[in-house]
Amino acid sequence: MIDTITLWTAVYIVMLAAFTGYVVISRVPVILHTPLMSGSNFIHGIVLVGAMVALGLATTPLEQIIGFIAVVLGAANVTGGYVVTERILQMFDRSGKKPKKEA
Amino acid sequence: MIDLSWVIDPIYIATIFFFIVGLQRMSHPLTARSGIVWAGAAMVIATLVTFLTPNLTNFVLMAIGIVIGGGFGYIAAKRVAMTGMPQMVALFNGMGGGAAAGISAVELLGITTTATTSSLAVIGGLIGAVSFAGSIIAFLKLQGWMRPRPITFPGQKILNMAVFALAVVSGILVVMQPSWVPLAVSLYLPLFFVLSLGFGLLMTLPIGGADMPVVISMYNAFTGLAVALDGFSFATPNYAMVVAGIIVGAAGSLLTLNMARAMNRSITNVFFGAFGATEETGVEIKGSMKAIEADDVAVMLAYADKVIIAPGYGMAVAQAQQKVKELTDLLESKNIPVKFAIHPVAGRMPGHMNVLLAEAGVGYDHLFDRDEINPEFPSTDVVLVIGANDTVNPAAHRQGSPLFGMPILDVEQAKNVVVLKRGQGKGFAGIENDLFYRDNTRMLYGDAQETVGKLVQALKKL
Repeated sequence: MIDTITLWTAVYIVMLAAFTGYVVISRVPVILHTPLMSGSNFIHGIVLVGAMVALGLATTPLEQIIGFIAVVLGAANVTGGYVVTERILQMFDRSGKKPKKEA
Repeated sequence: MIDLSWVIDPIYIATIFFFIVGLQRMSHPLTARSGIVWAGAAMVIATLVTFLTPNLTNFVLMAIGIVIGGGFGYIAAKRVAMTGMPQMVALFNGMGGGAAAGISAVELLGITTTATTSSLAVIGGLIGAVSFAGSIIAFLKLQGWMRPRPITFPGQKILNMAVFALAVVSGILVVMQPSWVPLAVSLYLPLFFVLSLGFGLLMTLPIGGADMPVVISMYNAFTGLAVALDGFSFATPNYAMVVAGIIVGAAGSLLTLNMARAMNRSITNVFFGAFGATEETGVEIKGSMKAIEADDVAVMLAYADKVIIAPGYGMAVAQAQQKVKELTDLLESKNIPVKFAIHPVAGRMPGHMNVLLAEAGVGYDHLFDRDEINPEFPSTDVVLVIGANDTVNPAAHRQGSPLFGMPILDVEQAKNVVVLKRGQGKGFAGIENDLFYRDNTRMLYGDAQETVGKLVQALKKL
Protein backbone atom coordinates (compact mmCIF):
# COMPACT_ATOMS: atom_id res chain seq x y z
CA MET A 1 0.00 0.00 0.00
CA ILE A 2 1.29 3.40 -0.92
CA ASP A 3 0.84 6.11 1.72
CA THR A 4 1.98 9.74 1.44
CA ILE A 5 5.59 9.14 2.43
CA THR A 6 6.14 6.26 0.05
CA LEU A 7 4.36 8.25 -2.67
CA TRP A 8 7.15 10.83 -2.62
CA THR A 9 9.79 8.13 -2.33
CA ALA A 10 8.22 6.59 -5.42
CA VAL A 11 8.49 9.89 -7.28
CA TYR A 12 12.21 10.10 -6.42
CA ILE A 13 12.77 6.56 -7.64
CA VAL A 14 10.88 7.12 -10.88
CA MET A 15 12.72 10.35 -11.59
CA LEU A 16 16.18 8.87 -11.00
CA ALA A 17 15.39 5.70 -12.94
CA ALA A 18 14.05 7.68 -15.88
CA PHE A 19 17.16 9.83 -15.89
CA THR A 20 19.38 6.74 -15.78
CA GLY A 21 17.58 5.21 -18.76
CA TYR A 22 17.88 8.46 -20.69
CA VAL A 23 21.61 8.89 -20.01
CA VAL A 24 22.52 5.29 -20.76
CA ILE A 25 20.79 5.41 -24.15
CA SER A 26 21.99 8.85 -25.20
CA ARG A 27 25.59 7.60 -25.29
CA VAL A 28 24.87 4.63 -27.53
CA PRO A 29 26.02 4.80 -31.17
CA VAL A 30 23.40 4.19 -33.88
CA ILE A 31 24.96 0.87 -34.86
CA LEU A 32 24.05 -0.52 -31.45
CA HIS A 33 20.42 0.58 -31.54
CA THR A 34 19.09 -2.81 -32.63
CA PRO A 35 20.87 -4.84 -29.91
CA LEU A 36 19.97 -2.13 -27.44
CA MET A 37 16.29 -2.25 -28.27
CA SER A 38 16.51 -6.00 -27.88
CA GLY A 39 18.51 -5.62 -24.67
CA SER A 40 15.97 -3.29 -23.10
CA ASN A 41 13.28 -5.70 -24.30
CA PHE A 42 15.10 -8.35 -22.25
CA ILE A 43 15.30 -6.10 -19.20
CA HIS A 44 11.58 -5.47 -19.02
CA GLY A 45 11.41 -9.25 -18.88
CA ILE A 46 11.69 -8.61 -15.12
CA VAL A 47 7.90 -8.72 -15.51
CA LEU A 48 8.39 -12.46 -14.96
CA VAL A 49 9.14 -11.75 -11.31
CA GLY A 50 5.84 -9.89 -10.97
CA ALA A 51 3.97 -12.63 -12.79
CA MET A 52 5.41 -15.20 -10.34
CA VAL A 53 4.25 -13.14 -7.36
CA ALA A 54 0.81 -12.65 -8.93
CA LEU A 55 0.46 -16.39 -9.56
CA GLY A 56 1.80 -17.14 -6.10
CA LEU A 57 -0.86 -14.96 -4.49
CA ALA A 58 -3.68 -16.18 -6.77
CA THR A 59 -6.45 -18.09 -4.99
CA THR A 60 -9.37 -18.67 -7.39
CA PRO A 61 -8.97 -20.90 -10.49
CA LEU A 62 -9.50 -17.87 -12.77
CA GLU A 63 -6.69 -15.95 -11.06
CA GLN A 64 -4.48 -19.01 -11.27
CA ILE A 65 -5.13 -19.43 -15.00
CA ILE A 66 -4.38 -15.78 -15.77
CA GLY A 67 -1.35 -15.80 -13.46
CA PHE A 68 -0.05 -18.94 -15.16
CA ILE A 69 -0.42 -17.36 -18.62
CA ALA A 70 1.40 -14.28 -17.34
CA VAL A 71 4.29 -16.46 -16.10
CA VAL A 72 4.50 -18.25 -19.47
CA LEU A 73 4.52 -14.95 -21.39
CA GLY A 74 7.02 -13.36 -18.99
CA ALA A 75 9.38 -16.35 -19.19
CA ALA A 76 9.21 -16.23 -23.01
CA ASN A 77 9.98 -12.50 -22.90
CA VAL A 78 13.06 -13.09 -20.71
CA THR A 79 14.63 -16.03 -22.52
CA GLY A 80 13.71 -14.86 -26.02
CA GLY A 81 14.94 -11.34 -25.31
CA TYR A 82 18.22 -12.68 -23.93
CA VAL A 83 18.92 -15.10 -26.77
CA VAL A 84 18.09 -12.55 -29.49
CA THR A 85 20.32 -9.90 -27.90
CA GLU A 86 23.13 -12.37 -27.30
CA ARG A 87 22.99 -13.60 -30.90
CA ILE A 88 23.11 -10.08 -32.29
CA LEU A 89 26.01 -9.09 -30.04
CA GLN A 90 27.94 -12.21 -30.98
CA MET A 91 28.34 -10.64 -34.43
CA PHE A 92 29.96 -7.60 -32.86
CA ASP A 93 32.31 -9.74 -30.83
CA ARG A 94 33.75 -11.42 -33.90
CA SER A 95 34.19 -8.29 -35.99
CA GLY A 96 35.52 -6.45 -32.96
CA LYS A 97 38.42 -8.88 -32.66
CA LYS A 98 39.29 -9.03 -36.36
CA PRO A 99 40.96 -5.64 -36.81
CA LYS A 100 43.22 -6.40 -33.82
CA LYS A 101 44.52 -9.59 -35.42
CA GLU A 102 45.18 -7.85 -38.73
CA ALA A 103 47.02 -4.97 -37.10
CA MET B 1 11.50 -23.27 7.84
CA ILE B 2 14.02 -20.44 8.02
CA ASP B 3 12.67 -17.16 6.71
CA LEU B 4 15.01 -16.05 3.95
CA SER B 5 12.77 -13.34 2.53
CA TRP B 6 15.12 -10.62 3.84
CA VAL B 7 17.55 -11.48 1.02
CA ILE B 8 15.02 -10.45 -1.64
CA ASP B 9 15.54 -6.69 -1.53
CA PRO B 10 19.37 -6.74 -1.44
CA ILE B 11 19.33 -9.15 -4.38
CA TYR B 12 16.84 -6.99 -6.30
CA ILE B 13 19.06 -3.94 -5.70
CA ALA B 14 22.08 -5.84 -6.99
CA THR B 15 19.98 -6.93 -9.99
CA ILE B 16 19.16 -3.33 -10.87
CA PHE B 17 22.82 -2.40 -10.48
CA PHE B 18 23.83 -5.11 -12.95
CA PHE B 19 21.04 -4.14 -15.36
CA ILE B 20 22.39 -0.59 -15.48
CA VAL B 21 26.01 -1.75 -15.81
CA GLY B 22 24.90 -4.22 -18.48
CA LEU B 23 23.08 -1.54 -20.48
CA GLN B 24 26.08 0.72 -20.21
CA ARG B 25 28.45 -1.99 -21.42
CA MET B 26 26.06 -2.56 -24.32
CA SER B 27 26.79 0.99 -25.41
CA HIS B 28 30.20 0.03 -26.80
CA PRO B 29 30.71 -2.68 -29.44
CA LEU B 30 33.67 -4.26 -27.65
CA THR B 31 32.00 -4.63 -24.24
CA ALA B 32 28.45 -5.12 -25.55
CA ARG B 33 28.47 -8.90 -25.35
CA SER B 34 29.57 -8.93 -21.74
CA GLY B 35 26.82 -6.38 -21.00
CA ILE B 36 24.01 -8.76 -21.86
CA VAL B 37 25.74 -11.58 -19.95
CA TRP B 38 25.86 -9.45 -16.78
CA ALA B 39 22.22 -8.48 -17.14
CA GLY B 40 21.31 -12.10 -17.86
CA ALA B 41 23.04 -13.44 -14.75
CA ALA B 42 21.30 -10.80 -12.64
CA MET B 43 17.93 -11.81 -14.11
CA VAL B 44 18.46 -15.48 -13.23
CA ILE B 45 19.27 -14.64 -9.62
CA ALA B 46 16.33 -12.23 -9.34
CA THR B 47 14.00 -14.95 -10.63
CA LEU B 48 15.34 -17.54 -8.19
CA VAL B 49 15.13 -15.23 -5.18
CA THR B 50 11.50 -14.40 -6.02
CA PHE B 51 10.56 -17.97 -5.00
CA LEU B 52 11.37 -16.86 -1.42
CA THR B 53 8.66 -14.16 -1.41
CA PRO B 54 6.44 -14.68 1.68
CA ASN B 55 2.94 -16.18 1.40
CA LEU B 56 3.34 -17.56 -2.11
CA THR B 57 1.65 -20.77 -3.27
CA ASN B 58 1.25 -22.48 -6.67
CA PHE B 59 5.00 -23.17 -6.95
CA VAL B 60 4.48 -26.13 -9.26
CA LEU B 61 2.42 -24.04 -11.69
CA MET B 62 5.13 -21.38 -11.53
CA ALA B 63 7.88 -23.83 -12.45
CA ILE B 64 5.82 -25.36 -15.26
CA GLY B 65 5.04 -21.90 -16.64
CA ILE B 66 8.69 -20.89 -16.60
CA VAL B 67 9.72 -24.09 -18.38
CA ILE B 68 7.03 -23.74 -21.08
CA GLY B 69 7.56 -20.01 -21.68
CA GLY B 70 11.32 -20.21 -21.39
CA GLY B 71 11.50 -23.20 -23.70
CA PHE B 72 9.37 -21.48 -26.33
CA GLY B 73 11.41 -18.26 -26.10
CA TYR B 74 14.71 -20.11 -26.32
CA ILE B 75 13.78 -22.26 -29.31
CA ALA B 76 12.05 -19.46 -31.23
CA ALA B 77 14.96 -17.06 -30.71
CA LYS B 78 17.61 -19.67 -31.59
CA ARG B 79 15.94 -20.78 -34.79
CA VAL B 80 15.15 -17.42 -36.35
CA ALA B 81 17.52 -16.04 -39.01
CA MET B 82 19.31 -12.73 -38.41
CA THR B 83 17.00 -11.07 -40.94
CA GLY B 84 14.03 -12.02 -38.79
CA MET B 85 15.30 -10.42 -35.58
CA PRO B 86 13.05 -7.32 -35.70
CA GLN B 87 9.84 -9.34 -35.64
CA MET B 88 11.23 -11.49 -32.83
CA VAL B 89 11.82 -8.36 -30.75
CA ALA B 90 8.22 -7.37 -31.51
CA LEU B 91 6.94 -10.81 -30.50
CA PHE B 92 8.84 -11.01 -27.20
CA ASN B 93 7.96 -7.42 -26.40
CA GLY B 94 4.29 -8.24 -26.97
CA MET B 95 4.59 -11.18 -24.61
CA GLY B 96 6.07 -8.92 -21.93
CA GLY B 97 3.12 -6.57 -22.42
CA GLY B 98 0.74 -9.50 -22.17
CA ALA B 99 2.38 -10.64 -18.93
CA ALA B 100 2.00 -7.12 -17.52
CA ALA B 101 -1.69 -7.09 -18.49
CA GLY B 102 -2.07 -10.53 -16.88
CA ILE B 103 -0.54 -9.30 -13.61
CA SER B 104 -2.96 -6.38 -13.60
CA ALA B 105 -5.88 -8.75 -14.19
CA VAL B 106 -4.90 -11.00 -11.25
CA GLU B 107 -4.39 -7.93 -9.05
CA LEU B 108 -7.75 -6.46 -9.96
CA LEU B 109 -9.58 -9.77 -9.54
CA GLY B 110 -8.62 -10.10 -5.93
CA ILE B 111 -5.27 -9.02 -4.59
CA THR B 112 -5.38 -5.22 -4.56
CA THR B 113 -7.13 -3.49 -1.72
CA THR B 114 -6.84 0.27 -2.15
CA ALA B 115 -8.02 2.67 -4.83
CA THR B 116 -4.40 3.74 -5.41
CA THR B 117 -3.07 0.27 -6.15
CA SER B 118 -6.05 -0.68 -8.31
CA SER B 119 -5.72 2.57 -10.29
CA LEU B 120 -2.08 1.75 -10.95
CA ALA B 121 -3.02 -1.80 -11.94
CA VAL B 122 -5.67 -0.44 -14.34
CA ILE B 123 -3.26 1.97 -16.04
CA GLY B 124 -0.58 -0.74 -16.21
CA GLY B 125 -3.15 -3.16 -17.62
CA LEU B 126 -4.28 -0.70 -20.29
CA ILE B 127 -0.72 0.05 -21.44
CA GLY B 128 0.31 -3.62 -21.27
CA ALA B 129 -2.72 -4.77 -23.28
CA VAL B 130 -2.15 -2.08 -25.94
CA SER B 131 1.51 -3.08 -26.17
CA PHE B 132 0.54 -6.76 -26.43
CA ALA B 133 -2.05 -6.36 -29.21
CA GLY B 134 0.03 -3.77 -31.07
CA SER B 135 3.24 -5.78 -30.95
CA ILE B 136 1.47 -8.88 -32.23
CA ILE B 137 0.17 -6.89 -35.24
CA ALA B 138 3.71 -5.54 -35.79
CA PHE B 139 5.04 -9.10 -35.63
CA LEU B 140 2.44 -10.37 -38.14
CA LYS B 141 3.19 -7.52 -40.56
CA LEU B 142 6.97 -7.97 -40.41
CA GLN B 143 6.73 -11.74 -40.60
CA GLY B 144 4.61 -11.35 -43.74
CA TRP B 145 1.65 -13.22 -42.25
CA MET B 146 -0.30 -10.03 -42.70
CA ARG B 147 -0.06 -7.50 -45.55
CA PRO B 148 2.41 -4.81 -44.40
CA ARG B 149 0.48 -1.98 -46.08
CA PRO B 150 -1.59 0.30 -43.86
CA ILE B 151 -5.18 -0.77 -43.34
CA THR B 152 -7.45 2.25 -43.39
CA PHE B 153 -11.18 2.85 -43.56
CA PRO B 154 -13.45 5.88 -43.22
CA GLY B 155 -14.08 7.02 -39.66
CA GLN B 156 -11.08 5.06 -38.41
CA LYS B 157 -9.69 7.81 -36.18
CA ILE B 158 -13.09 8.44 -34.62
CA LEU B 159 -13.56 4.72 -33.96
CA ASN B 160 -10.08 4.49 -32.40
CA MET B 161 -10.75 7.47 -30.17
CA ALA B 162 -14.12 6.03 -29.16
CA VAL B 163 -12.63 2.64 -28.27
CA PHE B 164 -9.89 4.35 -26.26
CA ALA B 165 -12.43 6.53 -24.42
CA LEU B 166 -14.58 3.49 -23.61
CA ALA B 167 -11.52 1.60 -22.36
CA VAL B 168 -10.69 4.49 -20.04
CA VAL B 169 -14.30 4.74 -18.80
CA SER B 170 -14.49 1.01 -18.12
CA GLY B 171 -11.11 1.25 -16.36
CA ILE B 172 -12.50 3.97 -14.10
CA LEU B 173 -15.53 1.77 -13.38
CA VAL B 174 -13.22 -1.10 -12.42
CA VAL B 175 -11.53 1.12 -9.83
CA MET B 176 -14.65 2.87 -8.52
CA GLN B 177 -16.98 -0.17 -8.52
CA PRO B 178 -20.09 2.06 -8.39
CA SER B 179 -23.46 0.50 -7.70
CA TRP B 180 -25.55 2.58 -10.08
CA VAL B 181 -24.29 1.20 -13.40
CA PRO B 182 -26.57 -1.12 -15.41
CA LEU B 183 -23.89 -3.80 -15.99
CA ALA B 184 -22.91 -6.38 -13.41
CA VAL B 185 -19.70 -5.35 -11.62
CA SER B 186 -17.94 -8.54 -12.70
CA LEU B 187 -18.34 -7.51 -16.34
CA TYR B 188 -16.33 -4.27 -16.15
CA LEU B 189 -13.01 -6.05 -15.93
CA PRO B 190 -13.29 -8.31 -19.02
CA LEU B 191 -14.84 -5.39 -20.91
CA PHE B 192 -11.91 -3.19 -19.92
CA PHE B 193 -9.35 -5.68 -21.22
CA VAL B 194 -11.23 -6.38 -24.46
CA LEU B 195 -11.44 -2.65 -25.17
CA SER B 196 -7.75 -2.13 -24.33
CA LEU B 197 -6.68 -4.98 -26.61
CA GLY B 198 -9.01 -3.67 -29.31
CA PHE B 199 -7.46 -0.23 -29.09
CA GLY B 200 -3.93 -1.64 -29.44
CA LEU B 201 -5.06 -3.57 -32.50
CA LEU B 202 -6.87 -0.66 -34.14
CA MET B 203 -4.03 1.74 -33.39
CA THR B 204 -1.47 -0.46 -35.18
CA LEU B 205 -3.49 -1.50 -38.25
CA PRO B 206 -3.12 1.83 -40.12
CA ILE B 207 0.67 1.85 -39.69
CA GLY B 208 2.69 0.68 -42.67
CA GLY B 209 5.53 -1.82 -42.62
CA ALA B 210 8.19 0.86 -43.17
CA ASP B 211 7.29 2.54 -39.89
CA MET B 212 7.33 -0.67 -37.84
CA PRO B 213 10.76 -0.10 -36.22
CA VAL B 214 9.49 3.11 -34.63
CA VAL B 215 6.32 1.34 -33.54
CA ILE B 216 8.14 -1.62 -31.98
CA SER B 217 10.46 0.72 -30.14
CA MET B 218 7.50 2.65 -28.78
CA TYR B 219 5.68 -0.48 -27.63
CA ASN B 220 8.95 -1.54 -26.01
CA ALA B 221 8.85 1.65 -23.95
CA PHE B 222 5.13 1.02 -23.27
CA THR B 223 5.82 -2.43 -21.87
CA GLY B 224 8.52 -0.98 -19.63
CA LEU B 225 6.05 1.55 -18.27
CA ALA B 226 3.36 -1.10 -17.74
CA VAL B 227 5.86 -3.27 -15.83
CA ALA B 228 6.78 -0.31 -13.59
CA LEU B 229 3.12 0.48 -12.83
CA ASP B 230 2.43 -3.17 -12.03
CA GLY B 231 5.44 -3.14 -9.71
CA PHE B 232 3.81 -0.33 -7.74
CA SER B 233 0.41 -2.01 -7.68
CA PHE B 234 1.51 -4.86 -5.38
CA ALA B 235 0.71 -4.54 -1.67
CA THR B 236 4.48 -4.56 -1.12
CA PRO B 237 5.81 -2.62 -4.12
CA ASN B 238 8.24 -4.61 -6.24
CA TYR B 239 10.99 -2.03 -6.79
CA ALA B 240 12.99 -4.26 -9.15
CA MET B 241 10.04 -4.09 -11.55
CA VAL B 242 9.55 -0.39 -10.95
CA VAL B 243 13.14 0.67 -11.60
CA ALA B 244 13.83 -1.72 -14.50
CA GLY B 245 10.48 -0.78 -16.08
CA ILE B 246 11.08 2.96 -15.80
CA ILE B 247 14.61 2.63 -17.19
CA VAL B 248 13.25 0.77 -20.21
CA GLY B 249 10.39 3.25 -20.52
CA ALA B 250 12.75 6.23 -20.59
CA ALA B 251 15.39 4.58 -22.76
CA GLY B 252 12.75 3.24 -25.16
CA SER B 253 11.10 6.64 -25.50
CA LEU B 254 14.40 8.30 -26.36
CA LEU B 255 15.24 5.53 -28.82
CA THR B 256 11.82 5.95 -30.46
CA LEU B 257 12.36 9.70 -30.91
CA ASN B 258 15.85 9.11 -32.36
CA MET B 259 14.51 6.59 -34.84
CA ALA B 260 11.64 8.81 -35.90
CA ARG B 261 14.11 11.67 -36.35
CA ALA B 262 16.35 9.50 -38.54
CA MET B 263 13.35 8.99 -40.83
CA ASN B 264 12.32 12.64 -40.53
CA ARG B 265 8.91 11.63 -39.26
CA SER B 266 7.13 12.84 -36.18
CA ILE B 267 5.58 10.34 -33.80
CA THR B 268 2.10 11.67 -34.54
CA ASN B 269 2.79 11.26 -38.24
CA VAL B 270 3.84 7.63 -37.73
CA PHE B 271 0.70 6.81 -35.81
CA PHE B 272 -1.85 8.89 -37.67
CA GLY B 273 -0.31 9.44 -41.10
CA ALA B 274 -1.11 5.98 -42.58
CA PHE B 275 2.22 6.28 -44.42
CA GLY B 276 2.20 4.65 -47.85
CA ALA B 277 -1.56 4.25 -48.01
CA THR B 278 -1.97 7.03 -50.54
CA GLU B 279 -0.54 7.01 -54.04
CA GLU B 280 0.97 10.20 -55.34
CA THR B 281 -1.13 11.34 -58.29
CA GLY B 282 -0.38 13.60 -61.23
CA VAL B 283 3.35 12.99 -61.29
CA GLU B 284 4.67 11.15 -64.29
CA ILE B 285 8.18 9.80 -64.03
CA LYS B 286 10.13 10.53 -67.19
CA GLY B 287 12.55 8.11 -68.80
CA SER B 288 12.60 4.35 -68.69
CA MET B 289 14.28 1.56 -66.74
CA LYS B 290 17.44 0.41 -68.51
CA ALA B 291 18.66 -3.12 -67.88
CA ILE B 292 22.34 -4.13 -67.83
CA GLU B 293 24.24 -7.44 -67.71
CA ALA B 294 26.61 -8.55 -64.94
CA ASP B 295 29.64 -8.64 -67.29
CA ASP B 296 29.19 -4.98 -68.20
CA VAL B 297 28.86 -4.01 -64.53
CA ALA B 298 32.09 -5.92 -63.80
CA VAL B 299 33.92 -3.84 -66.42
CA MET B 300 32.46 -0.66 -64.93
CA LEU B 301 33.70 -1.70 -61.48
CA ALA B 302 37.15 -2.73 -62.73
CA TYR B 303 37.79 0.73 -64.19
CA ALA B 304 36.30 2.70 -61.28
CA ASP B 305 38.43 4.78 -58.93
CA LYS B 306 35.91 4.65 -56.15
CA VAL B 307 32.96 2.38 -55.42
CA ILE B 308 30.19 2.78 -52.87
CA ILE B 309 27.77 0.01 -51.97
CA ALA B 310 24.33 0.98 -50.66
CA PRO B 311 22.83 -2.17 -49.14
CA GLY B 312 19.22 -2.67 -48.16
CA TYR B 313 16.99 -5.31 -46.66
CA GLY B 314 16.74 -7.05 -50.06
CA MET B 315 20.41 -7.97 -49.80
CA ALA B 316 19.80 -9.68 -46.48
CA VAL B 317 16.69 -11.49 -47.73
CA ALA B 318 18.72 -12.92 -50.62
CA GLN B 319 21.50 -13.90 -48.14
CA ALA B 320 23.95 -12.04 -50.36
CA GLN B 321 26.12 -10.55 -47.57
CA GLN B 322 28.84 -13.18 -47.94
CA LYS B 323 29.09 -12.62 -51.71
CA VAL B 324 29.11 -8.86 -51.17
CA LYS B 325 32.02 -9.29 -48.76
CA GLU B 326 33.82 -11.37 -51.41
CA LEU B 327 33.22 -8.67 -54.02
CA THR B 328 34.56 -6.04 -51.61
CA ASP B 329 37.74 -8.01 -50.95
CA LEU B 330 38.26 -8.59 -54.67
CA LEU B 331 37.88 -4.90 -55.54
CA GLU B 332 40.20 -3.87 -52.74
CA SER B 333 42.82 -6.34 -53.96
CA LYS B 334 42.67 -4.35 -57.22
CA ASN B 335 43.24 -1.15 -55.20
CA ILE B 336 39.72 0.12 -55.70
CA PRO B 337 38.42 1.55 -52.41
CA VAL B 338 34.96 0.32 -51.41
CA LYS B 339 32.74 2.06 -48.88
CA PHE B 340 29.36 1.05 -47.56
CA ALA B 341 26.66 3.71 -47.27
CA ILE B 342 24.42 2.80 -44.37
CA HIS B 343 21.09 4.56 -44.12
CA PRO B 344 19.95 4.83 -40.49
CA VAL B 345 16.84 2.77 -41.20
CA ALA B 346 18.35 0.34 -43.72
CA GLY B 347 17.08 -3.12 -42.90
CA ARG B 348 14.14 -3.25 -40.59
CA MET B 349 15.57 -1.45 -37.58
CA PRO B 350 18.25 1.18 -36.95
CA GLY B 351 21.59 -0.59 -36.91
CA HIS B 352 20.11 -3.78 -38.39
CA MET B 353 22.23 -3.45 -41.55
CA ASN B 354 25.43 -3.08 -39.50
CA VAL B 355 24.60 -6.32 -37.72
CA LEU B 356 23.91 -8.15 -40.98
CA LEU B 357 27.18 -6.93 -42.52
CA ALA B 358 29.13 -7.70 -39.35
CA GLU B 359 27.78 -11.25 -39.59
CA ALA B 360 29.44 -11.54 -43.01
CA GLY B 361 32.71 -10.08 -41.69
CA VAL B 362 32.58 -6.58 -43.20
CA GLY B 363 34.56 -4.40 -40.79
CA TYR B 364 33.27 -1.23 -39.14
CA ASP B 365 35.89 0.87 -40.90
CA HIS B 366 34.02 0.22 -44.17
CA LEU B 367 30.66 1.44 -42.91
CA PHE B 368 29.66 5.09 -43.19
CA ASP B 369 26.42 6.67 -42.15
CA ARG B 370 24.32 8.95 -44.29
CA ASP B 371 25.79 12.28 -43.25
CA GLU B 372 29.36 11.05 -43.69
CA ILE B 373 28.85 9.51 -47.11
CA ASN B 374 26.42 11.86 -48.87
CA PRO B 375 29.07 14.48 -49.85
CA GLU B 376 31.10 11.69 -51.47
CA PHE B 377 28.55 10.52 -54.05
CA PRO B 378 29.33 13.20 -56.73
CA SER B 379 32.96 12.02 -56.84
CA THR B 380 32.05 8.33 -56.93
CA ASP B 381 32.26 6.35 -60.18
CA VAL B 382 29.95 3.46 -59.39
CA VAL B 383 27.31 3.03 -56.73
CA LEU B 384 25.91 -0.47 -56.30
CA VAL B 385 22.44 -0.34 -54.78
CA ILE B 386 21.84 -3.86 -53.48
CA GLY B 387 18.29 -4.54 -52.42
CA ALA B 388 17.65 -1.01 -51.17
CA ASN B 389 14.75 1.03 -52.45
CA ASP B 390 13.01 3.66 -50.34
CA THR B 391 16.25 4.82 -48.70
CA VAL B 392 17.68 5.84 -52.10
CA ASN B 393 14.50 7.27 -53.66
CA PRO B 394 15.12 10.85 -54.84
CA ALA B 395 11.34 11.40 -54.67
CA ALA B 396 12.11 12.36 -51.08
CA HIS B 397 13.38 15.69 -52.43
CA ARG B 398 10.16 16.41 -54.35
CA GLN B 399 7.35 18.24 -52.65
CA GLY B 400 4.08 16.34 -52.74
CA SER B 401 5.68 12.91 -52.66
CA PRO B 402 4.65 10.82 -49.65
CA LEU B 403 8.37 10.40 -48.99
CA PHE B 404 9.01 14.15 -49.07
CA GLY B 405 11.46 15.24 -46.41
CA MET B 406 12.85 11.79 -45.56
CA PRO B 407 16.65 12.01 -45.48
CA ILE B 408 18.00 9.66 -48.14
CA LEU B 409 21.31 8.47 -49.54
CA ASP B 410 21.88 10.78 -52.55
CA VAL B 411 23.13 7.96 -54.77
CA GLU B 412 21.65 9.61 -57.88
CA GLN B 413 24.52 12.13 -57.76
CA ALA B 414 27.10 9.45 -58.57
CA LYS B 415 28.40 9.06 -62.10
CA ASN B 416 26.89 5.60 -62.47
CA VAL B 417 24.29 3.85 -60.40
CA VAL B 418 23.65 0.13 -60.72
CA VAL B 419 20.56 -1.16 -58.96
CA LEU B 420 20.52 -4.86 -58.13
CA LYS B 421 16.91 -5.87 -57.85
CA ARG B 422 14.83 -9.01 -57.97
CA GLY B 423 12.07 -7.56 -60.15
CA GLN B 424 10.31 -4.34 -60.94
CA GLY B 425 8.31 -4.14 -57.70
CA LYS B 426 8.06 -1.25 -55.29
CA GLY B 427 9.80 -0.81 -51.96
CA PHE B 428 8.43 -1.54 -48.50
CA ALA B 429 6.77 1.89 -48.42
CA GLY B 430 4.95 0.98 -51.65
CA ILE B 431 6.16 4.01 -53.58
CA GLU B 432 7.51 4.19 -57.16
CA ASN B 433 11.26 4.95 -57.23
CA ASP B 434 12.38 7.81 -59.51
CA LEU B 435 15.98 6.65 -59.28
CA PHE B 436 15.33 3.62 -61.50
CA TYR B 437 14.35 5.92 -64.38
CA ARG B 438 17.38 8.21 -64.24
CA ASP B 439 19.79 8.37 -67.21
CA ASN B 440 22.77 7.33 -65.09
CA THR B 441 20.96 4.35 -63.59
CA ARG B 442 21.16 0.78 -64.85
CA MET B 443 19.06 -2.10 -63.55
CA LEU B 444 20.67 -5.47 -62.89
CA TYR B 445 17.81 -7.89 -62.37
CA GLY B 446 18.03 -11.17 -60.53
CA ASP B 447 18.50 -12.75 -57.13
CA ALA B 448 21.08 -10.62 -55.33
CA GLN B 449 23.20 -13.55 -54.14
CA GLU B 450 23.40 -14.98 -57.66
CA THR B 451 24.01 -11.62 -59.31
CA VAL B 452 26.79 -10.61 -56.96
CA GLY B 453 28.30 -14.08 -57.47
CA LYS B 454 28.27 -13.43 -61.23
CA LEU B 455 29.95 -10.06 -60.67
CA VAL B 456 32.70 -11.75 -58.65
CA GLN B 457 33.27 -14.36 -61.40
CA ALA B 458 33.31 -11.75 -64.16
CA LEU B 459 35.72 -9.54 -62.21
CA LYS B 460 38.12 -12.45 -61.64
CA LYS B 461 38.30 -13.00 -65.39
CA LEU B 462 39.19 -9.38 -66.14
